[in-house]
Amino acid sequence: MYAQMIQSEATAEDPDKLAAFEARIAAGEKIEPKDWMPAGYRKTLIRQIGQHAHSEIVGQLPEGNWITRAPTLERKAILLAKVQDEAGHGLYLYCAAETLGVSRDELTEMLLDGRMKYSSIFNYPTLTWADMGAVGWLVDGAAIMNQVPLQRTSYGPYSRAMIRICKEESFHQRQGYDIMMKMAFGTPAQKRMAQDALNRFWYPALMMFGPSDKESVHSAQSMAWKIKMNTNDELRQKFVDETVPQAEYLGLTVPDPDLKWNEERGHYDFSEPDWSEFFDVLKGNGPCNADRMEARQQAWAEGQWVRDGLMAHARKRAARRVAAE
Amino acid sequence: MSSVNPGALPQSDEAQPKKRNEWPLWEVFIRGQHGMSHRHVGSLHAPDADMAIRNARDVYTRRNEGVSIWVVEARHIAASSPSDKGPLYEPSESKVYRHPTFYDIPDEAGHM
Amino acid sequence: MTAPAACPDPALFEFCLRMGDNTLVLGHRVSEWCGHAPVIEEDIALANTALDLIGQTQLWLGLAGEVEGAGRSADDLAFLRDAWDFRNLLLVERPNRDFGHTLLRQCLFDAWHLEMLTALCGSSEPRVSEISQKAVKEVSYHLERSADTVIGLGDGTPESHARMQDALDRLWPYVGEAFLPDAIDAEVAARGIAPDPASLRAGFDARIGAILAEATLSLPDSRFAHQGGKTGVRHTEDLGHMLATMQFLQRAYPGATW
Repeated sequence: MYAQMIQSEATAEDPDKLAAFEARIAAGEKIEPKDWMPAGYRKTLIRQIGQHAHSEIVGQLPEGNWITRAPTLERKAILLAKVQDEAGHGLYLYCAAETLGVSRDELTEMLLDGRMKYSSIFNYPTLTWADMGAVGWLVDGAAIMNQVPLQRTSYGPYSRAMIRICKEESFHQRQGYDIMMKMAFGTPAQKRMAQDALNRFWYPALMMFGPSDKESVHSAQSMAWKIKMNTNDELRQKFVDETVPQAEYLGLTVPDPDLKWNEERGHYDFSEPDWSEFFDVLKGNGPCNADRMEARQQAWAEGQWVRDGLMAHARKRAARRVAAE
Repeated sequence: MSSVNPGALPQSDEAQPKKRNEWPLWEVFIRGQHGMSHRHVGSLHAPDADMAIRNARDVYTRRNEGVSIWVVEARHIAASSPSDKGPLYEPSESKVYRHPTFYDIPDEAGHM
Repeated sequence: MTAPAACPDPALFEFCLRMGDNTLVLGHRVSEWCGHAPVIEEDIALANTALDLIGQTQLWLGLAGEVEGAGRSADDLAFLRDAWDFRNLLLVERPNRDFGHTLLRQCLFDAWHLEMLTALCGSSEPRVSEISQKAVKEVSYHLERSADTVIGLGDGTPESHARMQDALDRLWPYVGEAFLPDAIDAEVAARGIAPDPASLRAGFDARIGAILAEATLSLPDSRFAHQGGKTGVRHTEDLGHMLATMQFLQRAYPGATW
């Protein structure tokens, strides 16, 4: 789940148009770029798709951190292909946002100057090779919980991007779990790394779903517009229920002493993450916020001469072609 | 992912947005198998058509999806507007005889 | 010489290491860009190039291990040799510097690599020919892409032109090594396994000449060539740092499987 705490806004609109629009969504129709839409729907989508795209791009960094240290040629290729997919997913999402009238460069600038956010999870460091396993298993696992229902979102370009992303992502969580299995069933040092990675990523993964939104007005609006498909708590519970048995299979301990199966509810009971930490990370005080932003700012600034150079050449070529005609 | 004729820009916080030298947006169409038509798969940015085709190969055929690529700059695509939806498409809805299921063929006639 | 005394075919072993170490080291360098390229499309394209090169490494070093007959896998060769046992050209271990430098290095390597692989498709050693036939398709595309980028940046803005000319001046002294034959080359050439490296120069010069002319870049006059990469006698200081990073896990946790 790469979109957190998205504020939706209701705007004053022509009531007839609004009613027709909401009826279309209720009927399961897709809204396409040229269709009439409330300004609030457009703005909320730009925020949400933009944040999702930024998360994919910033999300390249924690895993990219280990590409040059991958332990085998095959692991290196798999990890590189996975991080490359994230760049691709960022690209698809930026393109979806562009259909709403905002350009990719404009969105990028809003990320780099702090006006737009990316998911809190990418502000945590990847310290051992087991973190590549934990990120794939837990972080991609949590993301998939959110992304699968978003394939049915009401905005056509977003829905199509999510369909492509989900198709491509199918191997991401599995490769992560595959790394975890190798580690958990490996040498004592590897097993220790695996447990340490689970300890550090468990609560940040739970935070990915965002704080409880049962009472949130924004969530209700987004759900009515089918921009948001489930509540944060629903998805978090689903994630815990699916992940705990996977941890047990690995022989690893989920770092929550209060975790236990609740027969009556048919779900696991679990401890809430420390939400003050979550809000600190959102405010910029996570372990890696400054480093992640600096890396992206640097890539963008150092790439300027390349983007300008290739554009200048394209213009010269076009001019020469016209002159030759 | 279609980027055809985006709607109006939402109100920007900046009064005077900075001038950008952004690479143009291209729409990408790929023919997945021999004999099929090209299908819109998404968009990307590139300085010119040649680079757009190369970028399309790298971005949209990473999993052997394509055998032929078309690109067209997004601003050159003309699209019907939603209000045309009635006149453009409804007449064909009444021509049900264009669809194979319009015809009842007896089972004895075999597969058709 | 890394091959143990018992290696049945030291020249072929050495030749496979040269091919595989080139792709290993360059693939590693290119992968360092992941997440940091000037634009997403380039990030994805660079990763594709790196993935092709890593794949080729698995084939070449796999064959090297097979020829050596000492039970070493491609991973053993990649992760458990020290710098003096590496046989890559100095060109590919040079650091990335900026995007232009990276793409010019790529273009120079691709132009040599394409000439080499094209010749290797007709190798008398069927396993060499088989790998080359797969790799040559990938490398044709690498060159197409790197050449176009070099042309675009060389003939772009005054800044991009200046940066590309600087990259060419820095990298040119590392080009000649690829074409200078030694005893290993002489033996594999005599056996029809690989071409005489010197025979690839004319084709390379023609390709690169055309690319640089379109890029409005001037070829340095000097043909001075740094040497010591493909023989392993004297690598640059950069290789050791790359290996320290690349081999860290295998060295720190010997015997673990990943």
